[in-house]
Amino acid sequence: MKVRTEKKEQLLDFYRQMMLIRRFEEKAAQLYTQAYIGGYCHLNVGEEATVVGALSALGPDDYVVSNYREHGHALTLGSDPGAVMAELLGKETGVSRGRGGSMHLFDPEHRLYGGYGIVGGQIPLAVGMAMAVQYRGQDRVVMCLFGEGATNIGAFHESLNMAKVYRLPVLFLCVNNQYAMGSTPNEASAVPEMVTKALAYDMPAEQVDGMDLLEVRDATLRNVEQIRETGEPRFLEAITYRFRGHSMADAGRYRTQEELRRWQERDPINTFVRYLEDEGVLTQELREQIDASVEEEVERATQFAMDSPAPDVADLYKYVYAEDGQQ
Amino acid sequence: MAVKTMIQTIRDTLEEEMRRDESIIVLGEDVGLAGGVFGATKGLQREFGELRVMDTPLAESVIVGAAIGASLNGLKPIPEIQFADFIHPAFDQIVSEAARFRYRSNGAWNVPMVIRVPWGGGIHGALYHSQSVEAFFAHVPGLKVVTPSDPYDAAGLLRSAIDDPDPVMYLEHKKAYRLVRGEVPDGERFTVPIGRAEVKRPGRDVSVFAYGLMLYYSLQAAEVLSSEGVEVEVVDVRTLQPLDRETILESVAKTGKALIVHEDNLTCGFGAEIAATLVSDGFDSLDAPVRRLCGLDVPAVPYASALEDSFLPDMQKITEEIRSLAAY
Ligand SMILES: Cc1ncc(C[n+]2csc(CCOP(=O)(O)OP(=O)(O)O)c2C)c(N)n1
Repeated sequence: MKVRTEKKEQLLDFYRQMMLIRRFEEKAAQLYTQAYIGGYCHLNVGEEATVVGALSALGPDDYVVSNYREHGHALTLGSDPGAVMAELLGKETGVSRGRGGSMHLFDPEHRLYGGYGIVGGQIPLAVGMAMAVQYRGQDRVVMCLFGEGATNIGAFHESLNMAKVYRLPVLFLCVNNQYAMGSTPNEASAVPEMVTKALAYDMPAEQVDGMDLLEVRDATLRNVEQIRETGEPRFLEAITYRFRGHSMADAGRYRTQEELRRWQERDPINTFVRYLEDEGVLTQELREQIDASVEEEVERATQFAMDSPAPDVADLYKYVYAEDGQQ
Repeated sequence: MAVKTMIQTIRDTLEEEMRRDESIIVLGEDVGLAGGVFGATKGLQREFGELRVMDTPLAESVIVGAAIGASLNGLKPIPEIQFADFIHPAFDQIVSEAARFRYRSNGAWNVPMVIRVPWGGGIHGALYHSQSVEAFFAHVPGLKVVTPSDPYDAAGLLRSAIDDPDPVMYLEHKKAYRLVRGEVPDGERFTVPIGRAEVKRPGRDVSVFAYGLMLYYSLQAAEVLSSEGVEVEVVDVRTLQPLDRETILESVAKTGKALIVHEDNLTCGFGAEIAATLVSDGFDSLDAPVRRLCGLDVPAVPYASALEDSFLPDMQKITEEIRSLAAY
């Protein structure tokens, strides 16, 4: 195993981040069933190692664009959990001021350039952001996240091709959670492994165990570093699994309980806990402390969201066009 | 005669039509095993098999493009776009290819295809699950655009769309799916003609032109106003391209006042076409300015309930608007 360079505090922080996502999502699910959250709501439960492992490997100036399964991305990038929860509840204090909701978080202050509800819609945007990075000579990488289902739509292929032709600093991160709603890669994709598609565009591409935080983190660090050095795009496929349905509206009848149970045995949080315990980093006492503070943080976020005002209807026409003098 | 929801009617009609006509195939995302996210194709794959009910990859452009190709070679494809908001990757195939085939081949080739599209807001779908797309497609000659607002029309228009030799966009309001119920005769293959509006409620004071969920709300508003002595004529426009201008003009010849309601954005929305028809061909009948009550001119239906509610017309707003028009 690789000699870790992270300090003990950082490793504990990764644990904390994963727990925060898990508890936040469970709370979101509960609020959805109680009708505080409406519409469509997609959770990161099961994907915590991929989310935290990948995003923690970015530098402070790197950009992230993602899809609608992005609560965890916002939390890991440092968005205030209260502001994220408030968005889910459609409040004025939400990261998108209640206009976007669960699928459309936007928090440029924390470098999250959006969750997008049109599958594949964000991928060309990442290419363009990287174009500007290149033109302006910035030292930045654009991380573009999407599911394996998204690799079947045209925008994905157009984007990989152009990123390679122009040699742009994008890390395409395919979160392969085995299902695009009800369909598996075996049913919907000509090739079962998404890395194959990147290889077709002559892009360096590798797979990583998305249930193992340190594996994901190491692979991401390595790829991001290569991108910084060469300025060229790369592709990473994280093999993971969503423990919940596609969205809160999905009962998940297309998969067996047995399959779900097998993956749950590899729960990314438990795996990481075992590692931390083996390394003597995490004690039972410390774990309880962290868990309690996470619970409290989620409670606070929920309370904040509940107490926040709804957007003012008088502001409906705001943000349609630039107002006087605004850029 | 059975009382059914819109969604049940659409599903049952698809099933009957597939039994009747072997050239019909259904394709789309999760339409097979799962039966579609709204259940419109539930059980069809079990009965008709994977060759006729195809779960496709996530790729709208080729879902529609492949349907066009299959229709050119003797099939009658009914592709499903999961939500209207996702149709735009297929826009090119629909507008540049499907709509032009008959024209470019001097009538030698046609595209007998029905694209089913759940549309509309009111379900907290926010930016990408609430859209109205009728105006984009009604603008294109070569396409037909229909949108039923009750189960009877849902069955009748779907059959007409299937019988039609040209491409038809069949728009289904997703909030109406389970909200609107109505009687549907069994065992009879009735149709509702494309190109004909219908007076769903006769009245003498004000004409309301609407379609989709807004038609349902308009009927409710008419009921309320009737108790106040205002008799509203509610016209279900239901086929946008071709548009039944005659029925629209006849109605206003009777009432002299027109309100157009739709949830798509006001500017360049379909209501503008109805208004233009009234002004150019029904000017002498008008006793009041033509009014439009529409979705607001903001880029998308917002998520927050208060904002979404203000964006969309509803029963209350329609009632108030008619009241004020009646008093003009
Ligand atoms: C263009 C488009 N088509 C269809 C959909 C509906 N839809 C939303 S998510 C999804 C599955 C996507 O699967 P994947 O890319 O693997 O990501 P996951 O949801 O599994 O994270 C589908 C079909 C959409 N949002 N946009």
